Amino acid sequence: MTTIEEPEVRAALPRLNEPAPAFEAVTTHGPLRLSDFERSWLILFSHPADFTPVCTTEFIAFAEIYPELQKRGCELIGLSIDSLYSHIAWVRNIEEKAGVKIPFPVIADLDRKVATAYGMVMPGESKTEASRCVFVIDPKGILRAMIYYPLSVGRNMDEFVRLIDALQTGDENHVATPANWRPGDKVVMPAPNTVELAEERAGEGLECIDWYLCKKSL
Amino acid sequence: MPCVWPDGSLSTSGRLMLAAVQTDSTAEDVAEVTGMPLYRARSSLRQLLAAGYISEDGERFSQTEQGAEKVKSGS
Repeated sequence: MTTIEEPEVRAALPRLNEPAPAFEAVTTHGPLRLSDFERSWLILFSHPADFTPVCTTEFIAFAEIYPELQKRGCELIGLSIDSLYSHIAWVRNIEEKAGVKIPFPVIADLDRKVATAYGMVMPGESKTEASRCVFVIDPKGILRAMIYYPLSVGRNMDEFVRLIDALQTGDENHVATPANWRPGDKVVMPAPNTVELAEERAGEGLECIDWYLCKKSL
Repeated sequence: MPCVWPDGSLSTSGRLMLAAVQTDSTAEDVAEVTGMPLYRARSSLRQLLAAGYISEDGERFSQTEQGAEKVKSGS
């Protein structure tokens, strides 16, 4: 008898510049909806499991950058496929053992609704845990950036602060930011999209490598 | 941290939030008065509303009689 293989059902991943999937979830700060974060920037991040070594170092590091994010009008919310009681026990343990209070809420996503909506589970890595995902959502609820790390690599917190700085600078000034950009560095002007604009660009007194790559200070 | 327990009593933050609701307060007003992040104010107001301690008119909230009694009793 021939065996018919059922096609694997793949969860759709969210897309950049589209509304972030709405959610209502149980968290360590009570029931929260995505809409509760309207008018703030938000970093939604997932971790594989509570009481695991790399995740613990990450939680401490996320707590350390939280004041910097708050200065930028950005909130943080964590997520894993663990129970609320596991989260509560873990954040209390981190405070007891490492002296670090976790100031942001953590979603207890036991039914995987949020993890599925955001494509956080990578079955090739683990069928039961969320990977190390980071989603940046702007004050209008639009998904602006996504970063995925494997289970074995702890994330670089500096990059998330830099990413928020770059997105906010781009929005405020209608510019882009070059590789390794940091606040205070020159920004990239949008490339001209007509021959006329390309010719005019040359006379604008910008720092240009050529007509398509011009930088300026803010 | 639900701010309203199933028996109707309030957590510390719940009492703080309810006391901060004046006539026609917005979530932003409550966040500012309590020093809590805006998302916490929005979530807590939703719970206080469900418990009947505040009423809602658009984006503005006011204490109900039951809410005012709760603030007085301090429970």
